[in-house]
Amino acid sequence: MQTRIELTAMDVLMVRLFDTIDEANMAWLLAADRALRDAFGDTLIDLVPSYTTLMLHYDCLRLTHDEALARIEAVLSRLEPADAGLGRRHEIAVWYDPSVGPELARVAEHGGLSIEEVVQRHCGRDYHVFALGFAPGYGFMGMVEEALATPRLKTPRRRVAAGSVGIADRQTAIYPLLSPGGWNIVGRTAVPLFEHARRGDPLLLPGDRVRFRAVSRAEFERQGGDATPLEAAP
Amino acid sequence: MSDESRALLRVEKAGPLALVVDGGRFGVRHLGVTQGGAADWVSFRWANWLLGNALEAAALEIVLGGGLMLEVEQDATLALAGADLDARLDDRPLAPGTAFPVSAGQRLSFHQPRDGLRAYLAVPGGLATPVVLGSRSATPREQLGGHRGDGSALSGGDRLAWNPQQARVRRLPFDPAQGITLRGNRLALVPGAQVGHFTGASLYHAFNATWRIDTRADRMGIRLLGPELHCRLGSMISEGIPLGAVQVPPDGQPIVLLNDRQTIGGYPRLGALTPLASARLAQCLPGKEVGLVATSREWALVSYRRCLEAFR
Repeated sequence: MQTRIELTAMDVLMVRLFDTIDEANMAWLLAADRALRDAFGDTLIDLVPSYTTLMLHYDCLRLTHDEALARIEAVLSRLEPADAGLGRRHEIAVWYDPSVGPELARVAEHGGLSIEEVVQRHCGRDYHVFALGFAPGYGFMGMVEEALATPRLKTPRRRVAAGSVGIADRQTAIYPLLSPGGWNIVGRTAVPLFEHARRGDPLLLPGDRVRFRAVSRAEFERQGGDATPLEAAP
Repeated sequence: MSDESRALLRVEKAGPLALVVDGGRFGVRHLGVTQGGAADWVSFRWANWLLGNALEAAALEIVLGGGLMLEVEQDATLALAGADLDARLDDRPLAPGTAFPVSAGQRLSFHQPRDGLRAYLAVPGGLATPVVLGSRSATPREQLGGHRGDGSALSGGDRLAWNPQQARVRRLPFDPAQGITLRGNRLALVPGAQVGHFTGASLYHAFNATWRIDTRADRMGIRLLGPELHCRLGSMISEGIPLGAVQVPPDGQPIVLLNDRQTIGGYPRLGALTPLASARLAQCLPGKEVGLVATSREWALVSYRRCLEAFR
């Protein structure tokens, strides 16, 4: 692990731990997240972990640049990977159907699979939540099987329904609220991700694992899911 | 509005965009939640200062004006700072950078921008709106905060409540027409980690060209038009984005990310504007020409502290 601390803005430092995306990064990133929060206490304004980095915004009126660097260096010098079992495991029910998942056929065609195989394979493994971003509670998860990896839409949709489950290359995610987006939408969940985010306790956090489970339309609707179709991409 | 009796202002006609803002939403970036808050944080603070409010009390950010009309429901003293949006109390013109008394039944209206883009209207004690994730700021894309708690901008018929407090009226210690974020077109930038990956010619252009503010500009980001910049790094693995980050997508036209930016992103960056430069950029109308000036982190901090000390 070749760590670097980079200047990102007047009062923001980027702690760079890795150069590539890897599930094995998570244990280190989680440990660094916790240790940096402890080391900075109330002089921390925001800490944004992502796939390979942690962006640290500190209170520059109370802490000098050198003090901030020293605290980060102290944390990194005694960093131990976090217990991989610390994250939660979620099972998320998804209704996979072309009416709410207009790119099911595109993903199938791209991988030379049937729609049933796409569903089976998407549900066939645990995904790690690597980072939160894009929208409140939006978790970037991976990695999907190579056969399901499908590039983003050329033109993003202006409106993707809340609960939409998408695939982009080897990543997968759920849109917590109605928003624009360019991922391949394959289904929809009734889990109220945005309500969690709005209360400040997002369902998905970096380090968590997610397993999707295919359900029927009837079950999706019983869970409160909105079955309004999503238009196919132009 | 939960308590109608405390309503101070009623929206008679909504302009293009008026939002409840405060200092911003912090400590939640790791949840994917954006910063929000007053885009020109300097003028916003002056508006509160004029009334003796807490400097980050919730106020209205009025973009462009565009016919926003507010009916006053109770006698009060209000304050206006930032852009000159041709504000009028009934038919009387209101100068930006002043506190002024209003009486029930009067109408406050905003029209075409004459100087700057965003005006801040403060009320004594601040607007009483729901606190969502630690802030009253409205972020429409995220459906958080604002006068209804769901991120919405003002619309006709809305009423704004306040925490009435005696105004301690003050006068600005400088000529309001020379508002510090409205003057000058040089934007100071602290170079960041990827700056060395831009080609030599691109670096020359970045800091010597004249950049024009694009019409694609909002609270999320502002695009700058000028020479095409090239970075040897194509795209990167997404990472956190600070306020004022100047990112360069493959089309070579920089985008400066402001208060409502996405929390993480993957384009290489020249660096980030200083807090003062971010506030100044937020006052630039499309078509305005600006220049980027490299500055040191140390100097950025000195100017930031100097700016904060002015509010004492």
